[in-house]
Amino acid sequence: MSADQDRWGIPGTYVFDLNLSRKGYAVNKMCNSLRYAENREAYLADEEAYMARYNLSEEQKQAIRDRDWLQLTRLGGNLFFFLKLGATVGHGLYPIGAQMRGESYEDFLKTRNVPEAT
Amino acid sequence: MAKIVAGIGSSHVPSIGRAYDQNKQADPAWQPLFDGYEPVKRWLEEEVKADVVILVYNDHGTEFFLDRYPTFALGVADSYQVADEGYGKRPLPDFPGDANFSEHLANSLVADEFDMTLCQEMALDHGFLTAMPLLWEPGENEWPVKVVPLLVNVIQHPLPTGQRCFKLGQALRRAVESYPEDLRVAIVGTGGLSHQLNGERFGLINEEWDKAWLQNIQDDPKALAQLSHKEVMTAAGAEGGEVIMWLVMRGAMTEQVKERHRFYYAPMTTGMAVLALENEGNTPA
Repeated sequence: MSADQDRWGIPGTYVFDLNLSRKGYAVNKMCNSLRYAENREAYLADEEAYMARYNLSEEQKQAIRDRDWLQLTRLGGNLFFFLKLGATVGHGLYPIGAQMRGESYEDFLKTRNVPEAT
Repeated sequence: MAKIVAGIGSSHVPSIGRAYDQNKQADPAWQPLFDGYEPVKRWLEEEVKADVVILVYNDHGTEFFLDRYPTFALGVADSYQVADEGYGKRPLPDFPGDANFSEHLANSLVADEFDMTLCQEMALDHGFLTAMPLLWEPGENEWPVKVVPLLVNVIQHPLPTGQRCFKLGQALRRAVESYPEDLRVAIVGTGGLSHQLNGERFGLINEEWDKAWLQNIQDDPKALAQLSHKEVMTAAGAEGGEVIMWLVMRGAMTEQVKERHRFYYAPMTTGMAVLALENEGNTPA
């Protein structure tokens, strides 16, 4: 369990408090810029150049290159914002969630009451 | 005198908006949800006939980012735009506001020691949009009600306490009832119910907790207002913590309320609910 989780003590949970928000500020700022189509195009044209415009740590950049959403969460990324990055690079909410749970998308869907309601 | 004529609790899950826009009302996975809202929509149209709705919601980086996220913000404009969150602008009409009523609410709330961020412009995202067309049928270019958006920070801790949200609702009631015009006012608290969208616990739903919430928000909201964020998030998921917005709605109602309709459905990753309440008696909550 990371220090950020310890603060709240809820297993498997990264409460988005000011501490985590400060840590992830650059990530979330970059992700939120992707609500504009021209920025999404620029991102897709050159991911490294786009990331370089924001003050991301190398660890955060690597989590983004790896599409490692759990790691990005640990580094302060907030799903409400990185969902816009996901939409840009073709990762939807439920596959992102399955990955954070450590499951295949198919196995994740089996845990849902009505998996057709996507 | 203006009065509060309906209190609604409703989820604001984005997938509901997508299903609505894609006309999935008859899709077996979605039909229960749309059918579940239908009696509330009919009640609002045929009996409640609200002139204006105060809708309590949170913004998701559309109008407010983390650089300056207000704890409470109130729309004071005569119109509000439908936002594009980056997934395409939803085909819904922009919303008419009631700037005079908003101004009165702002004056009353601030005098009552709720220091709101006041917004002359406010684009509205799914936090606001999702419940609206399920509750009021939009026309081609218009809505049958005016709106007052009321934003609560449920994104970045420290969030206001449940108790503070309940008290804000109580202050809203005083504000509404001191408005001289004969307005019929509905109040909608959005969000929840249980869900978690981060970490290894992604996908948590607690149906038992949700069902208890739908009862206790009626009978014992003051006990719910006493729950800590940690208690709520442990049981109902980190993002489930946003249910405090229902407490604003409940605080604006009478102490006793009558349930007109209740619906609950938990298909994927959120306990989706709608609860319709009317006032009973005159004692404020």
